Amino acid sequence: MEIDPFIFRLSIFILSIFVGYYVVWSVTPSLHTPLMSVTNAISSVIIVGAIIAALAGASDKIFEISSIFGYLAIILAAVNIFGGFLVTQRMLQMYKKKKK
Amino acid sequence: MSANLSAIFYLMSGILFILALRGLSSPETSRQGNYFGIAGMMIAIIVTFLSVGNYGTGFIYVLVILFIGGSIGAFIAFRIPMTAMPELVAGFHSLVCLAAVFVAISAFLKPEAFNLGTTGNIKLASLIEMSLGAAIGAITFTGSIIAFLKLRGIMSGAPIIFKGQHLINLFLGLTIIFLIYYLCISQLPNIFWIIVGISFLIGVLLIIPIGGADMPVVISMLNSYSGWAAAGIGFTLENTALIITGALVGSSGAILSYIMCKGMNRSFFNVILGGWGATDQTSKSKNNDQKPVKNGNADDAAFLMKNASSVIIVPGYGMAVAQAQHALREMVDVLKKNGVKVSYAIHPVAGRMPGHMNVLLAEANVPYDEVFELEEINNDFANCDVAYVIGANDVTNPVAKSDPQSPIYGMPILDVEKSKSVLFVKRSLSPGYAGIDNDLFYRDNTLMLFADAKKMTEEIVKSL
Repeated sequence: MEIDPFIFRLSIFILSIFVGYYVVWSVTPSLHTPLMSVTNAISSVIIVGAIIAALAGASDKIFEISSIFGYLAIILAAVNIFGGFLVTQRMLQMYKKKKK
Repeated sequence: MSANLSAIFYLMSGILFILALRGLSSPETSRQGNYFGIAGMMIAIIVTFLSVGNYGTGFIYVLVILFIGGSIGAFIAFRIPMTAMPELVAGFHSLVCLAAVFVAISAFLKPEAFNLGTTGNIKLASLIEMSLGAAIGAITFTGSIIAFLKLRGIMSGAPIIFKGQHLINLFLGLTIIFLIYYLCISQLPNIFWIIVGISFLIGVLLIIPIGGADMPVVISMLNSYSGWAAAGIGFTLENTALIITGALVGSSGAILSYIMCKGMNRSFFNVILGGWGATDQTSKSKNNDQKPVKNGNADDAAFLMKNASSVIIVPGYGMAVAQAQHALREMVDVLKKNGVKVSYAIHPVAGRMPGHMNVLLAEANVPYDEVFELEEINNDFANCDVAYVIGANDVTNPVAKSDPQSPIYGMPILDVEKSKSVLFVKRSLSPGYAGIDNDLFYRDNTLMLFADAKKMTEEIVKSL
């Protein structure tokens, strides 16, 4: 019997949880705030779904209701992507070692 | 672009996201990590454009709104003061979760676009995934909004509690599960809308009973939920980048919640069910006034610290509120010039989000190798001359070690009371968030400095 592709995705998911578990425990506590802002930024990769939603319709019907939800989602995700990465960058620039 | 090729690119962006988090293991590698994250995001977006392959008018619109959204995001990122990070993160969570809800709605309305079947006849697995994604996304959206309002001070940080609250939440939760089941057998659009609607309601009900100082747990929890919502959508869209990211973010938030709960010695459910310290706050703070308190001024504090050989600074939320971090650094600079050894001690739940104090100190140019976590520095209090407590309270309360009746009993605290003298900057004697009196105020070696954290620190700088 052939394996359902869902099982492969589930495997990726479970393995990623383990990767995430070990990677996040290795994050130094002083960087927990940047960790939150960067996880926020990367979860905006949901924009992938938003782009498909916005563009997958026929090109003569670009303002279908499903596309409009797509456009809205793109705006929200874009705010997050730029805001999240830039604010993380801004924070990380501030962490400096003692001048010797 | 073929589906297989784009799947490989999505995997690459997933791996880049893993590296982005990996970079945060030390400040030196963190900036590089952030670039990995940005690269992963760019790959994901470009690959999506290529695989959709629609470059009509819609494409132009998408680019325009990407630009608009991006500009808003960049503007916020550059303008936001560091003290407002907790509410910014809460606000960003709400946006990404609303985006997840919108994508789920769009997939439900037009499943053909995502290869999920046809309207009214959506594949069962996809239907479960998208309704779970939409439900978690909706809960997190309104939950984050409430957290944002509480952190911003627009809404009172006090817990809102009413009778039967938990029963209502439980009932609504079960209703959602039943409705998802019903949606799967009936495919009725109305059911989907009801699920989203109830989820919005649950989000509000879930966060209103949780008080201000528990916000570190709440933000981490919402962070985790936003990951699970993304993963749910990732399964629907069969997209590896989203699945990997969702799992990463979900476990990251879960670990942070765990660390925060441990920092307060409370179980996760105890925090989520809420209402700590809201019950008999008034009755507890009544009998304090009689006890003698040593009251000092800036000159006393300056004298004590100038003659000390080592000083440990314990910042808390009060420092963030007063924006005292820059004044604090100036004070430390002067002390260091006088040959005083200064370090900073950070409690895991100091502030309103994980790592909040570290960011504020970094903003004030405090080198990160002078800042220590609780376990690293707690033994040093016994050998230190002065502990300067600025805006912290409950995390220094020795009652957590001595009184099993106390609500904070068992919480790990900074052993401030062991230092030779304690300077406690506080506006009044009022109890902290937990609603319990701090024993430390009445000790012989404690000098209370009643003032705004920033003003007091500035005055100390002057008299130094």
